[in-house]
Amino acid sequence: MTRVLIVDDHRLFRSGVRAELGDSIEVVGEAEDVETAVQAIAAHQPDVVLLDVHMPGGGGQEVLRRVLGSGSQVRFLALSVSDAAEDVIGVIRGGARGYVTKNISGKELTDAINRVAEGDAVFSPRLAGFVLDAFASSEAPSIDPELDSLTQREREVLRLIARGYAYKEIAKELFISVKTVETHVSSVLRKLQLSNRHELSRWATARRLV
Amino acid sequence: MADQKTLAEQSGDTPYRRMMRPMEGRLVGGVAQGLAAQLKLDPVVIRLMFVLLTVVQGAGAVAYAVLWMVTPREPYQGQAPQRDWSQLAAFSAIGAALFSFGWLTGANQGGIGLLPFAVGGIGALILWQQADPERRKGWVSGASRSMRKNRVRTLVGIILVVVGATGFLAAEGELPQVRESLMFTVVVVGGLLVIAAPWLAGLWKELQLERRERIRQEERAEVAAMVHDSVLHTLTLIQRVAHDPREVSRLARSQERELRNWLYQPAQDADATVAAAVRRIAAEEEDAHGVPIEIVCVGDIALDPAGKLAAMLKASRQAMVNAAKYSESPSISVYAEVEGEEVTIFVKDRGKGFDMEAVPLDRMGIRESIIGRMERHGGTARVRTEPGEGTEVMLTMKVEKA
Repeated sequence: MTRVLIVDDHRLFRSGVRAELGDSIEVVGEAEDVETAVQAIAAHQPDVVLLDVHMPGGGGQEVLRRVLGSGSQVRFLALSVSDAAEDVIGVIRGGARGYVTKNISGKELTDAINRVAEGDAVFSPRLAGFVLDAFASSEAPSIDPELDSLTQREREVLRLIARGYAYKEIAKELFISVKTVETHVSSVLRKLQLSNRHELSRWATARRLV
Repeated sequence: MADQKTLAEQSGDTPYRRMMRPMEGRLVGGVAQGLAAQLKLDPVVIRLMFVLLTVVQGAGAVAYAVLWMVTPREPYQGQAPQRDWSQLAAFSAIGAALFSFGWLTGANQGGIGLLPFAVGGIGALILWQQADPERRKGWVSGASRSMRKNRVRTLVGIILVVVGATGFLAAEGELPQVRESLMFTVVVVGGLLVIAAPWLAGLWKELQLERRERIRQEERAEVAAMVHDSVLHTLTLIQRVAHDPREVSRLARSQERELRNWLYQPAQDADATVAAAVRRIAAEEEDAHGVPIEIVCVGDIALDPAGKLAAMLKASRQAMVNAAKYSESPSISVYAEVEGEEVTIFVKDRGKGFDMEAVPLDRMGIRESIIGRMERHGGTARVRTEPGEGTEVMLTMKVEKA
């Protein structure tokens, strides 16, 4: 049973998510802003926090900063209506292990939560697109080649995610196991979080202003 | 709606409007009035401008005559209206006064030397007239306030002006000593600057503030218009078709997409680049068939003049239509990628799929509109499907970058 805490400033949305989640998920608490979220996470120690990106008091990134900054091992799945590259990249680099949009179906959300709980990463097609775009668009010399570029295989996996393939379908397509697909995605997530290329954030911001 | 219409009309005819000389309200030939209408100024300003320029060796009169000749008369029905002689007399009087003043002080001999004053005067007049009445009041009160605040500065300025003017008049008697009079002129100008500086600075600051405020207001108006035209409208429509869940979700989805584009997508010309065109096509087909289409675009490229990409876009539209109409898939994924000179578009559904071999030869959708079209333009199309496995159409096209 995966224990989940829902952080969102819309009460209606919280109750909607609660109702939609499958039997394998136990909702242990809810929070509506940064302050209550930090307290609730400390009190309940959930497996996964469903985190809204835009909230009063600094938003999801502030929750990530305060909780992960204090050494907590809680895993976060960002859930937002926003499609802005800035928000998506920002919250992933802040430490979330996945990003899905709020129009996701209940079943897909349950799957995503379980995947994050197991320590894997969850990439929506849009997030995969952003990552491909961000890593492709940079022409500046990289500081750390291992972190600053994607391998051919990672690129293939991301491209299939962007095309709308599920992990199982990707595994079949590339003749690899689902576990290997998950490993590739986690590795991309790590690069996304650790690469200290400034272009990543700058790219995300600039994308809005084009 | 009414607002938009009037806006469109205004913007539609201003750039091409030709200057005309109206008959009604003219004083001499209607030149000043025509010019005023063209420049959106008060005719009085233009008339004073002509008077001022006339004092400078008759330049204004010449300009007036030339404009009179080259400007067509505005068509007027019926008898020409009478001129307002009293106004004409007033302007003539001003001109005569200025001229005699120039003659008395001897500045007329300078001729061109008077020109800066005339130009400055005209500039001030235009500024004054451009301001709305409230702002004018603000300027006046602001000027007097700052004068009260900076008594010392004002006093020094006035003293300088007086000393300068006296000196100028004193030097007038001994014309050979130009140097002295020049020096006094400098003093006069310096004094005037000292008096006017805070006022000018205040004026500048106020203009900047005004500009910022206007930009804010324009943004607000844009947001309000957006919310009104789309969101409110959709909410009303949804209430009307509340009995039809399919239509409700179609409306909600299309509104969501519109709002998202407005919030997160850079403004793009849908006829200029591949990514923008794919987004538009997907939006149109989503609206037409009520099936959500998820779009992911990586990279972008301008549409080629040869029309290869346009053909590819048509093929992708056909693929989306097929998926929406026949696959019974709850959603469709579209992925467009530009990598160097290669453009790839994938259209994938999770519907019932079909058996390629079993598709009758005369079915145009896939064979002609997708595969045939791509191959004719030098690209490739692959269709991957199996009953129960969904369908994916892959389109590839190579273009040379301009």
